[in-house]
Amino acid sequence: MNLASVFAGPFDAYWAQSILRSVGVIAAVLLPAGTFVYLFLFKMVSFMQNRLGPMEAGPYGSVQLLAEVGKSLQKEDIVPDRADRTLFKIAPYLVVGTVLLTYVVVPFGPDMVFIDSNVLGTGIFFVMAVSSISVIGIILAGWASASKFSLLGGLRAAGQLIAYELPLVLSVVGVVIQAGTLDLQKIVTAQATGEIFGWGALGNPYILTQGVALLIFMIAMQAELAQTPFDMPVAESELVTGYMTEYTGLRFLLFFIGEFASAGAFSAIAATLWLGGWYLPGLDLTADYMNVVGPLVLLGKTMIFGGIIFFVRFTYPRFREDQLQRFAWKVLIPLALVNIFATGVLKVVF
Amino acid sequence: MVLAADAFAQNVFFYVIAAAMAFSAIRVVTVKNVVHAAMYLVMVLAGVGAQFILLASEFVAATQVLVYIGAVVVLVLFGVMLTRAKLGQDVNLTNDYWWLGAVAAVMIFGVMAYSLLDYYGDEPLDTAGAESQLVDNTGQVSDAIFGQYLVPFEIISVLLLGALVGAIVLARKD
Repeated sequence: MNLASVFAGPFDAYWAQSILRSVGVIAAVLLPAGTFVYLFLFKMVSFMQNRLGPMEAGPYGSVQLLAEVGKSLQKEDIVPDRADRTLFKIAPYLVVGTVLLTYVVVPFGPDMVFIDSNVLGTGIFFVMAVSSISVIGIILAGWASASKFSLLGGLRAAGQLIAYELPLVLSVVGVVIQAGTLDLQKIVTAQATGEIFGWGALGNPYILTQGVALLIFMIAMQAELAQTPFDMPVAESELVTGYMTEYTGLRFLLFFIGEFASAGAFSAIAATLWLGGWYLPGLDLTADYMNVVGPLVLLGKTMIFGGIIFFVRFTYPRFREDQLQRFAWKVLIPLALVNIFATGVLKVVF
Repeated sequence: MVLAADAFAQNVFFYVIAAAMAFSAIRVVTVKNVVHAAMYLVMVLAGVGAQFILLASEFVAATQVLVYIGAVVVLVLFGVMLTRAKLGQDVNLTNDYWWLGAVAAVMIFGVMAYSLLDYYGDEPLDTAGAESQLVDNTGQVSDAIFGQYLVPFEIISVLLLGALVGAIVLARKD
């Protein structure tokens, strides 16, 4: 199965499916992103800080998000005089586009997949490859803005994202070794049908055996998303908002969506790799109703990780730049390598 | 089995991507701005990835993107920005020995074109059994690396490690 054999089918069916899938990806990106912003960024942090948060737009401020989007769309799209116009305009689309692509391989149910695993079998590896492109968008945004704040923010972001890309990829390798596949759907199945010393009622969610990898992944994810305590690139007290400083209106909104959509994407991937994805113990792995229940289960598990991300974000103070780099290279990467080695040895022994 | 219509679609996309790659590759060396050159380099490397996808080798394509676009170009951009991130035109990019590069490029093109034509001639590729090979090419790649090509693979790893250590030794003056 390759691109060519897709074209061999009736073109109408192909295009109809493609449109459905595109709409589906956009929904899958915006839904968790919107929920994250409302639930965690607006409400959870408000309660943590003993205030109410948005209350005016809709019941409990639930349509505040639409108001924010409407406000951003009305703003003038300003390009600084000295900026590199083309690159300045492309950069936010590059960031958002990569987030859209990461969702392509996430399975939501036995048949609720955007792309069949026999067409794109590399699953998690594809996610890692695609998400590494967004760094380019961020560097470009920082450089093309022609502003010192933006350039410094872009440089800090690049240094940080390069450093934390490695532990992110390496932590996933442990899960891949244990499951024996790169395909996210097969990783879900492997967890659902796995057994803990012969006891199969819970399956074998990899959070039990790959807990260290999950910890590394969560820390690296926090850094990749540039959330506090890893928010040096957008440190508002010194850099305004880093590489986003010169952006307004729609383009700023795109960066904003990109940030929270990739928080959603990484949470969904963490939920798939470590919590069993769309499957819950006791449900039928192949039944048709899982195509409806599965996405809800996955959304629930995504919210767990999203909650952790934002809880950490609003709890801890910022790392210094040198601490941040030392932590990645001297702690996380060696730990991830030890985890890979141990997993490999245990995989061969058992 | 690869149908005629498939082969046609594949050919069309091959030429479209190849044309975009050739254009971008020329722009990499002619454009007057380092960051723009890096962006055209991204397009060339992404084109290589697209060609791999067209050949249904998505593992190699993902590796191409992860290593070349996600790591190499990002490091290039990082270095450019730390040193000479001038906005606007940057005219001193072409040095006096550009023709040596052109000669080398023509010679490499000649060698590759000759060897490919000499080996394949006008014979179409044997596509029988190609479909079965497309199923699990991740497994095939790993089988090849850790089986047939194990020794070269390990030697390259040691070579890269040596290069890495050497670079650090050269860069650290203290």
